[in-house]
This record gives sequence, C-alpha cells and structure tokens, in this order.
Amino acid sequence: MITTKVATETQLTEEELRKALQLERIWQEPRGFVGWFKAVHHTTIGMRYVVTAFIFFLLAGLLAGAMRLQLAFPEAHFLSNDKYNQFFTMHGSTMMFLFAVPMMFEALSVYLVPLMVGTRNIAFPRLNAYSYYLYVFGGIMFYVAFLCNTGADRGWFAYVPLSGPDYGVGKRADFWAQLITFTEVSALAVAVEIIVTVFRLRAPGMSLNRIPIFVWGQVIVAFMVIFALPGVVLSSTMLLLDRTCGTQFFNPSVGGDVLLYQHLFWWFGHPEVYLIFIPGTAVVSTIVTTFSRRHIFGYLVLVLSLVSTGFIAFGLWVHHMFATGIPQIAESYFTGASMMIAIPTGVQIFCWIATMATGKVVLRTPMWWAIGFFFVFVMGGLTGMFLASVPTDLQVHDTYFVVAHFHYVLIGGAVFPLFGAIFYWFPKVTGRMLSEPLGQLSFWLFFIGFNVTFFPMHLVGLRGMPRRVYTYEPGMGWTLLNQIESSGYILLFLSVSILLWNVYRSLRRGRIAGPNPWHAGTLEWATTSPPPHYNFLHLPTVNGREALWDAAPNQPVVVGLSEDSRQILTTRSLDAEPDGREELPSPSIWPFLAALATTAAFIGSIFTPWGITIGSVPVAITMIGWFWPKKQAADRRRAREIWQND
Amino acid sequence: MAERLDRPVLDVSSLPTVHFGTHSLTWWGIMGMMAIEGTVFVLMIASYFYLHSRSVEWPPHRNPPDLMWGTVNLALFLISAIPSEWYRRRARKGDLKAVQIGLVLVSLFGLAILGVRYLELLHLNTDWSIDAYGSAVWTLMGLHILHLVTDLVDTIVLTVLFFTSLVEGKRFMDAEENAAYWYFVVGFWIPIYLVIYWAPRWLHA
Repeated sequence: MITTKVATETQLTEEELRKALQLERIWQEPRGFVGWFKAVHHTTIGMRYVVTAFIFFLLAGLLAGAMRLQLAFPEAHFLSNDKYNQFFTMHGSTMMFLFAVPMMFEALSVYLVPLMVGTRNIAFPRLNAYSYYLYVFGGIMFYVAFLCNTGADRGWFAYVPLSGPDYGVGKRADFWAQLITFTEVSALAVAVEIIVTVFRLRAPGMSLNRIPIFVWGQVIVAFMVIFALPGVVLSSTMLLLDRTCGTQFFNPSVGGDVLLYQHLFWWFGHPEVYLIFIPGTAVVSTIVTTFSRRHIFGYLVLVLSLVSTGFIAFGLWVHHMFATGIPQIAESYFTGASMMIAIPTGVQIFCWIATMATGKVVLRTPMWWAIGFFFVFVMGGLTGMFLASVPTDLQVHDTYFVVAHFHYVLIGGAVFPLFGAIFYWFPKVTGRMLSEPLGQLSFWLFFIGFNVTFFPMHLVGLRGMPRRVYTYEPGMGWTLLNQIESSGYILLFLSVSILLWNVYRSLRRGRIAGPNPWHAGTLEWATTSPPPHYNFLHLPTVNGREALWDAAPNQPVVVGLSEDSRQILTTRSLDAEPDGREELPSPSIWPFLAALATTAAFIGSIFTPWGITIGSVPVAITMIGWFWPKKQAADRRRAREIWQND
Repeated sequence: MAERLDRPVLDVSSLPTVHFGTHSLTWWGIMGMMAIEGTVFVLMIASYFYLHSRSVEWPPHRNPPDLMWGTVNLALFLISAIPSEWYRRRARKGDLKAVQIGLVLVSLFGLAILGVRYLELLHLNTDWSIDAYGSAVWTLMGLHILHLVTDLVDTIVLTVLFFTSLVEGKRFMDAEENAAYWYFVVGFWIPIYLVIYWAPRWLHA
C-alpha cells in the first residue's frame, strides 16, 4: 500500500511545510489596492458577502428604528408621510434583497460549502467575484438614490398600478426595479456555482447520502433560486419596460392586466421566503448535531423534508392574492397547499427534538440561538396556518397581523439561525472565539426584545391597524401597543450593539480557537482556523455523514494534483468517485471590470431604453477579456493534457 | 516531535484533464444557465397566454404576424444544427480543422439568421406600445434575439480563438458546449415561433 506521512498535531513535517508553502504561493490572493479587486477565493468573496450583507442589515434596522419612533406616538411628525413610505420600502427591500437572501444563501454558502465538501475553491470563482460586485453596486445605487430623495416608496413588492407609469411618478420605482435586476443576477450566478460545486467537487467518498445537511439545504435553495427568480426577472423587467419604453403589460385599457404582475412576482416571492429560511433550518440542523454530540436523527427524512419544502414552495404563491378576487376553487387549492407546508417543517422540528432528547446537549451560545429559533419559528408557523385560511386572511389582510406573522417567520427562520451561525463559525473564520457571556446577553436581549416588539403587532393588527400607515389617531386603541413595540426595539438595538462589540473585542482579544473548538464533525473543521487559501493541506476523503467523527484512523488523503497550478479534483455526482482534474482560473481584474460595465448598463436603462443596448457593448468587451486565455497557461496545460477516454 | 501516522493515499495523477459532457464543469454551468433562461422563456410564454385569457379578441384589431420570414428562420435554425452537430462530434476527437470549419459555418448561419430576424421584426404587424398583445410579442421576440446575439458573439469569439495558437484541450470542450448552447437557442425558437406566428391564427379561429 502506498502511504504518506500526515501530521496528527499542528506541527508540520519538513515535507508538509514545503507543500504548504508551495500551495500558498499558487493559491494566494493578489496583494495591494488593485489586488483587492482581483480576488477570487471563496473565503475572500464569502467574507465580503457577510460583511456587506450585515451592513445592509444594520441600515435596514436603523430605518426600522425611525419607523418605530414615528409610530410610538399618535399623529407624530418625526417622519412625513412621503418619508415614511420611503423608509418602510427601503427597510423591506433592503431586508429581503440586500440582507436576507445575500446573507442566508450567497454569503453562507459561498464561504462554507466548498470547505464542507472538501475542495480548494468554489466552481467558477471569477463568476463568484462578479456576482459580489454586482450585488454591492446594486445596493450602493439603491442607497444613493434614497439619499437623493429618490428612495423606493411603493412597498417591497412594488405593485402596479401604484408603481406603474400613471401613479409612480419620478424615478423611484425604476431604481427599485433595477435593484432587483442587480441582486437577481448575483443570486443566480451563485446558485449555479453552488450546484456545480456540490455535484462535482465533493471529496471522494462523500456520496449523496453523506452530504452534510447544511450543504443539502444550500443546494436545494440553489435550485429554487434557478426556478423562482425568473418570475421576478420578468415582472420587474415588464415594470421597467412599461415605465421607460411605453409597453402596456399592466395597462387594463389596452388589454394589460395588473394581476399578471402579482402572479409573476409571487411565483418568485413565495419561494423567496423559503429560500431565506431553508438555509436557516440547515444551520439549525448543523448546530443541533454538533451540540447534541450525536449524528442527526432522521437524516434521510430531514433531507426529504427540505426537498419537499422546495417543491411545495412553487405551489402556493396565490395565497398572497386571496384578497384580489380570484376564483374560489383556486383559493381552496392554495389554502390546502399552503397548509401542507406544515408537514415537512413539522417533521424537521421533531427530528431536532429527537436528536436533542437522545444526545448529550451542550448549551453554548449557538445552541441558545437554535432553541430561540424553535420557539419563534413555530409561533410564526402557527399564525401562518391562520393566514392560509381564506376567511381569516380576508379579515387581517394588510394589517399588522401579517407584519407580525412574517417577522416571526423571517426573523425566527433567518436571523436567529444566522446569529447562531455567527457564534458557531466565527472561530473558524477568524481563528478566535466570541465571548460566551456577552453572547448569552445578546441572545436574551434579542429574544425578549423580539417578542416585545413583534407580539403586540398581532393584537394591534386584530384591532384593525393597517400596515404601511405613517401615523394613527389617538382614540383608536392602538397607542399603548405601539409604544410597547417601540420599546422592544431598544432591546433589539442593544442586543445587536453588544454583538458588534463582542465581534470587535474578540477579533483582538478572543481566545485562540484552534481547528475544531466545538469538536464538530464536518470538514470545514479539518483545516486550520482561519482556513488557508488552499483550504486543506491534505485533500480529505470521507467515510461517513460526519466526516471527522466517522473518519477511520488511517483515512486516506488525496495526492497527485499538480502543485504548480490551481488544479482541483472533480468527482462523480452520485457517489463522489474521483473523475478528473480541472484547473480553476487565477485571480483577474476582468470580473470587476465586467461588473462595472454591467452596472453602467443597468443604471443607464433607468433613464433611457438605450442604456441596455449601448451598454451591452462594454459588457461584451469585458466578458471577452475575462474569457480570453493566457498563452503561458495554455501552453502549460497543453503539454500535460490527458484526454478523457470515451 | 509530533506523532506521525502513515496514511494511505488516493493517487489521482493519472485522471484526465480534458473532459467532455457531464464530466466537465462547464457542461454543468451551461445547463444551469439554460435552466434559468428556459424558465424565463416559459414564464414569458405563460404571460402571453395569461394576457390572451383576459382579452376578447386576439390579436386585437389587427392581423397576426406575416408567416414568411419567421418560417424561413425556422428552416435556417434547423439546418444550422447539421454543421453544429458535425463540429461538436469532431471536437471530442480534437479535430482542429473540422472545428474551425464548423465554427465558421455556424457563425455564418448566425449572421444570416440575424439578418432575417430584422425582416421578421418588420412584419410583426404590431408595435410594443399599442397594446398588451404587442408588448408580449415584442418582448418574446426580444428575449430570443438577446440569446441569439449572445450566442452569435460567443461563437465568433471562439472561431477567432480557434485560429490562434491558444488552442488546447479545454477549448475543444468550449466548442462542444458552444454547440450545446446553440441547440438551446434553436430549440426554444420552435415554441416561440409557434406562439408568435401560429397561436394568434389558432386562437382567432
């Protein structure tokens, strides 16, 4: 048997040191100011996604604070009605398009999936860089417009005719529609990268039934992104065409129909909600496994639950449109379909309970966030059952009851798991531990603050307070509840501030984490913290669902990849048997330039239909520059080619 | 001194570096793009019929698009599949000459189709700003033109590349995937042709 020496402790042999230096030389990111724009490693881009999405989360949170201040007193004049419209639209659009999806899907999956499947980089790393720049440029455009008093003001779904050419004067709705274009292109690009990474770049031995649940969740989300986002691609494009090119899609006097917009939007919009919380449940599965010290209970059932949630997500978009006067038979169908979603979700919750009940639970901060998630998310699910029923929905439609419901499912389903994920993976990403006492304090402040803020919204909604009103009269019986809600915001604000302080402090003085501080079982914990740019010194092979827990004492490592190029191993999609070697592209400035050109085209098209037509020329030029091979690399590859045997 | 363990190794140094079809990463990437763009097409076609379901007369107060140029393009698209399939198969064998000839032929087909597409636009018998029917027809057409132009530019760039010294195994794989994307453009023209040219005639009757 051919063998190699592998260090079992952090000390490396001379041979390993040489290998590490060589790998670092090949995989390192370019340095300097210009180098920043050439980076292509998934940990670099993933970190940028995390930081950027978190900044947008804070901005949207501050907008919410202003809204809570305005609503704390009846007939207040802190915000004008026009400003209030912009604030709630910016809040909702930012949370959905610039925070929730980019954070839960793009940021987490780009950083973690390649590590968890045991490869050196994400598939299509330059596309990954391009997707990030588009996302950040779209967000900057949206906020610059807002600062110029052109902030979107028609709600986060921008229904026509209110956002159409007749009622949506100015350029506010156009900036909103183009924000959608930016973020959808970036999410679609990441979806393709994740699918290819998961189906082609897994470590040998990681057959489909050994893929970590977190990776399953992200790859299911990637498929949902591919089939859902085209809906909003079309609806926002039609909106923009109606507004700038004079098309008549939504003009009823010449055969257009406003409900077409709602159908297309919710074809995307409902799966959107699930592609925000599926990563959340996948995080919870990961945390519950690690802190219950056992393999997850019902792995197969959990994966099938995630898959069926993905399918059912596409069959219930009309429950957002119960109040539009659609046929009753359709209402009944969509009520049934909406309630059905409780089945796979319930199954997941029972699997987690069974895992904890039969494991040895370790109550660290990430686990607290997971437990908080159970409570809040189940609560949101219950009000979801109410809303799926047409008579209830018609009563509370467009009231604060709905606002309460979706904050319970979205903050419960995404923010609680996200904060758990931050505590869980911070040691891996930075090499240092977050403070445990400060973490507990954040958790309890957030948990209490959240319920104080959002629970009374159920009641004020049942008392008839409509959403999206900038103020109310004193005698409505809403004042006290609104004041309780606003005071809850203070607790939330404190909690997030303490979290930020915790991060700041731990980056400098946190305890050194080491490779695997939680004794977890997935592959990202097999490498140093933070991971090097080549991810693994010895490319791993896998022997079970929790790669580290199930590894044999003499678990083989992969050798034989070229050491002077960015070569990676490809494996077959079902059983992950080694299949081939592929060279990933090196760092390049072209994705950044292509993103700049694309941004110019998108922003141009807000002002003139020619924006896209003329703008596509620089886009094409930069993309050709991106694709065009370098002579030296081509010669090197040609000299060593081994062709596939058909 | 740290403890050492002898680990068995999985040596992958003899695995191929030039792959085709499902073995290449690019194939998967292209499939992903097709799934996205195919969904856009399908939803746009659905929108066309949704708008039809809301109208009394279809097309409203005008003639359906003239059949001739759209049908000519359908024929050109289908014939172009022959050189495309030929160079795709030769690419797997690394046949440089065949791929060069095939790419030039498909580029020429693309240019011809683009020319006929211009004539098609002149004979749609509607404008995008007159009514929702016109908007749907032009948007459907526009989406297909976008894909046609994108693939044509891709094909021309690849053709140029194949006449340089940069050709390597990887580029033959690109050639194969370029043909696959061309089939996507050809394949979707069939339902879009039926919707734009024949649906108004059938629905009118």
